[in-house]
Amino acid sequence: MIALLLRDLRLAFRAGGGFGLGLAFFLIVTTLVPFSVGPEAVLLGNIAPGVLWLGALLACLLSLDRLLALDYEDGTLDLLVTAPLPLEAVVSIKALAHWVTTGLPLVLAAPFFGVLLNLPTAGYGPLVQSLALGTPALSVIGTFGAALTVGIKRGGLLLSLLVLPLYVPTLIFGAEAARRGASGLDTSTPLIMLAGITFGTIALMPFASAAVLRMGLR
Amino acid sequence: MSLQVRHLTIARGGIPVLAGLEFTLQEGQVLIVRGPNGSGKTTLLRTVAGLQTSLEGEIIGAAERVAYAGHADGIKAMLSVRENLQFWAQVFGGSDITAALDAYALHPLADRLAGTLSAGQKRRLGLARLVVTGCPVWVLDEPTVSLDADAVGLFADAVRAHLETGGSALIATHIDLGLDAEVLDVSPFRASASHHSGASDEAFL
Repeated sequence: MIALLLRDLRLAFRAGGGFGLGLAFFLIVTTLVPFSVGPEAVLLGNIAPGVLWLGALLACLLSLDRLLALDYEDGTLDLLVTAPLPLEAVVSIKALAHWVTTGLPLVLAAPFFGVLLNLPTAGYGPLVQSLALGTPALSVIGTFGAALTVGIKRGGLLLSLLVLPLYVPTLIFGAEAARRGASGLDTSTPLIMLAGITFGTIALMPFASAAVLRMGLR
Repeated sequence: MSLQVRHLTIARGGIPVLAGLEFTLQEGQVLIVRGPNGSGKTTLLRTVAGLQTSLEGEIIGAAERVAYAGHADGIKAMLSVRENLQFWAQVFGGSDITAALDAYALHPLADRLAGTLSAGQKRRLGLARLVVTGCPVWVLDEPTVSLDADAVGLFADAVRAHLETGGSALIATHIDLGLDAEVLDVSPFRASASHHSGASDEAFL
């Protein structure tokens, strides 16, 4: 299983692996927002937590269609299914590799992008906390979507349509925590809810992903 | 432990292709699967490998013991030959890949990126993966595609070495490998129209 994780990370860091794609997308979204809403520092500060969360969410979505589709196309997925690894573990490792290459860089970069949107000083801590707690759920739910669309040519758009509604609870509580933090309010309730959603999806989603993957490969 | 297939009916795309198939694969035995295009050879091999479910019948002794090699080799272009093999060795719980490199004369290519290999070299890498799995039953679908005569010889040697260690192989191929093998012709088992009723669960998928 560690071998699979290392292989996925190695593939992501080598050319053509798509590492940094999500980060660059996140940067572009956060620089486009001031252009579209105008250079009003107070307004930008108010909407910054929500915009940063939405940008991170869309950046996560961007690399999902490569998550299982590449392995499906070159036959690796068939071979992994016949290997003595539980498929639930395979999809969990895939989600973890996706988070390390997409979610984690977003979490680490978010404070720098917050400067671009004039995020209030009190908001940085809660923003990073909420992203760190919320992005694993985005990867795990996204893996389920990728498993659902694995055999479909050009399944990327369908994947987005299926996955985005499932992202709603994470977005609500994540953005709420960041917004409360930016206004200097207590963030513990939305953060606890967010943690609950994340741990719930990590515990349950791999079984759903493995089940639809078995069905899709049949 | 032998691999037994009893009264197997299999479907492709919801339409039964083979019905009532029976055979036994003993240790140290090679079974060559033959049949015209579309007769269900690939479906049979995928079912034995556990990638598909059968409509009826049972397969005994296949769980966790089968190494499958299909039309796609499962090679990552951005990893070297050595890294590709090491990955599969670790997945199957081994670590020694020198035997596999020896068997298919891959030593000179070991540090090349797999994406830069020719089609035949990629196939050799895909077949070398079988050696590192350590699985006793090899299920191979057209393993000699794009191999030259020398490489086919290497493949036949690798199968012979596998048989000597008590392994067995189920191979769908059209060429003569020079192996002492029995032939399983699937055409007598072609499914008739009456078997279509067996696919009723497709409505729920």
